[in-house]
Amino acid sequence: MSLERPRTVEALKERLIEFSLFLCAFASVLTTVAIIFVLFSEAVFGLSGTAFFKEVSVTEFFTGKRWSPILKPQEFGVLPLIVGTLWVTGIAAVIGLPIGVLTAVYLSEYAQPRVRRIVKPFLELLAGIPTIVYGYFGLAIVTPYVIQPLFKDLLGFKVGTFNALAGGVVVGIMIIPMVSSLTEDALRAVPRSLREAGYALGSTKFDVVVRIVLPAAFSGVVSAFLLAISRAVGETMAVAIACGSMPNLTANPLEQIQTMTAYIVQASGGEAPPGTIEYQSIYAVGLTLFVMTLILNIVSQWVMLRFREVYQ
Amino acid sequence: MPELPSITPELQIECEQPQPVVATHATKIESRHLDFFYGDNQALFDVSLAVPERSVTALIGPSGCGKSTFLRTLNRMNDIIEGTRHAGEVLLEGRDVYGKKVDVVALRKRVGMVFQKSTPFPKSIYENVAYGPRIHGVKDRKKLDEIVEKSLHRAALWKEVSHRLKDSAMALSGGQQQRLCIARALATDPEVLLMDEPASALDPASTARIEELIFELKEKYTIVIVTHNMQQASRVSDYTAFFYEGKLIERGGTEELFRTPEKQQTQDYITGRFG
Repeated sequence: MSLERPRTVEALKERLIEFSLFLCAFASVLTTVAIIFVLFSEAVFGLSGTAFFKEVSVTEFFTGKRWSPILKPQEFGVLPLIVGTLWVTGIAAVIGLPIGVLTAVYLSEYAQPRVRRIVKPFLELLAGIPTIVYGYFGLAIVTPYVIQPLFKDLLGFKVGTFNALAGGVVVGIMIIPMVSSLTEDALRAVPRSLREAGYALGSTKFDVVVRIVLPAAFSGVVSAFLLAISRAVGETMAVAIACGSMPNLTANPLEQIQTMTAYIVQASGGEAPPGTIEYQSIYAVGLTLFVMTLILNIVSQWVMLRFREVYQ
Repeated sequence: MPELPSITPELQIECEQPQPVVATHATKIESRHLDFFYGDNQALFDVSLAVPERSVTALIGPSGCGKSTFLRTLNRMNDIIEGTRHAGEVLLEGRDVYGKKVDVVALRKRVGMVFQKSTPFPKSIYENVAYGPRIHGVKDRKKLDEIVEKSLHRAALWKEVSHRLKDSAMALSGGQQQRLCIARALATDPEVLLMDEPASALDPASTARIEELIFELKEKYTIVIVTHNMQQASRVSDYTAFFYEGKLIERGGTEELFRTPEKQQTQDYITGRFG
């Protein structure tokens, strides 16, 4: 075989292929940078004239207890929106994470292949339902047929047509497929030999799952959690419909609230003309949301590295 | 599956394998007319083998001859694999381990196992050894400490790890990991120890260490070891059984079997003509 370099046309083809692959990879980098640039430009630097944080101080933004961007007197305390988001995320996590993990444990460790073949597609179907349908499901089914009978008729609380709980519940259901499929991957990655070693010591199936497989898959489970929580934080349509549109700094999840994402939807609906502070508040809230999910991602990376049980 | 014709007791005695040449030990665990299937593939054919207590029995034979499958029937590890079934009996002190009322968990506590690839759990050295006692209900810290120390001593690992019990088991060398797995198996206080090529992935020094250990352990335990290594079989075992194509070809005292095998196939295998 000749050792000379390939003919020019072929070399060129190789270079072209490599370059187009690079372009594809670069597209996501470019998009991220562009989004961050726009967020900062409208919220902080004011390249188009004014900026949100030039009008409203950071302290006011993060400590103010009222969010009233349109109605006078305008107030821009983001806390009600953050608390709204935390309510929905918290409730979703309480519902979605355990159910998701237990589903994964069942599918990976207990289910007969036949049952698995039936359950899996349903989970995938659940993941494919548009979020706006979930929102309507929360408003039309969860609130009147689950929350009201339970909390109003049975326990005597006041329940709003729109409430944080309904949004939390549907977002929780929404993240189940994600949690369960990521957790299942993590569980299945635990080598069979570890399970066998466990059984050989006289473990029951439950022992093997709880003491060997889950701890060994811990980092994968945690990353599934954090990804799902990021998703819940960013969820928009479902909460915009089920939770309402009233910023409300409340300790009661049965009241109407507004999340950060839902505010962005509302404000983008045309009520805020570009250049105004209302308009720029969208970017300030967006930036806050971005920082929150970024922190979640960093924490998840750290947790994964820190608590990884390395197996061979 | 059609019912197998029942065998009368007289017949059963007739087709029993010849008794061990050195019959100083009582039988601890044995198979009788054991067939084993993976789906439609039959892996074991009518294997009857008695394992004497407090001794080492080596199972030898070429790859795929069924020796590992046989080993794994003794503590029903094959149950985990789907689509497997058996016919015949495996008796632990005369009681069928495949019996309807048998609790596999209790069986595996009495019949421990060490695998070819060391399989330490991704936990600390201490937690690895304490795992067995813990799942069997030992909660007392002092008792656990005691068991861990005793088991590590028995597995000849205590000196090397006593100062770092809290370290990850993954940080140990391959040979140490395998001895840790032996310690872990001993911690549940089994009566029988099954070893599936326990030294085949180790360097010669670690192998020698494991072999020494096996020699010491037979004082207290009944050991069945699968090995590819003929020298190893002759070094560590009292009895040897030769498997070929799912059948037990020959068994006997290790010295006799290696010196004067009765069957041509055994002769060919141990002199290295195949396998």
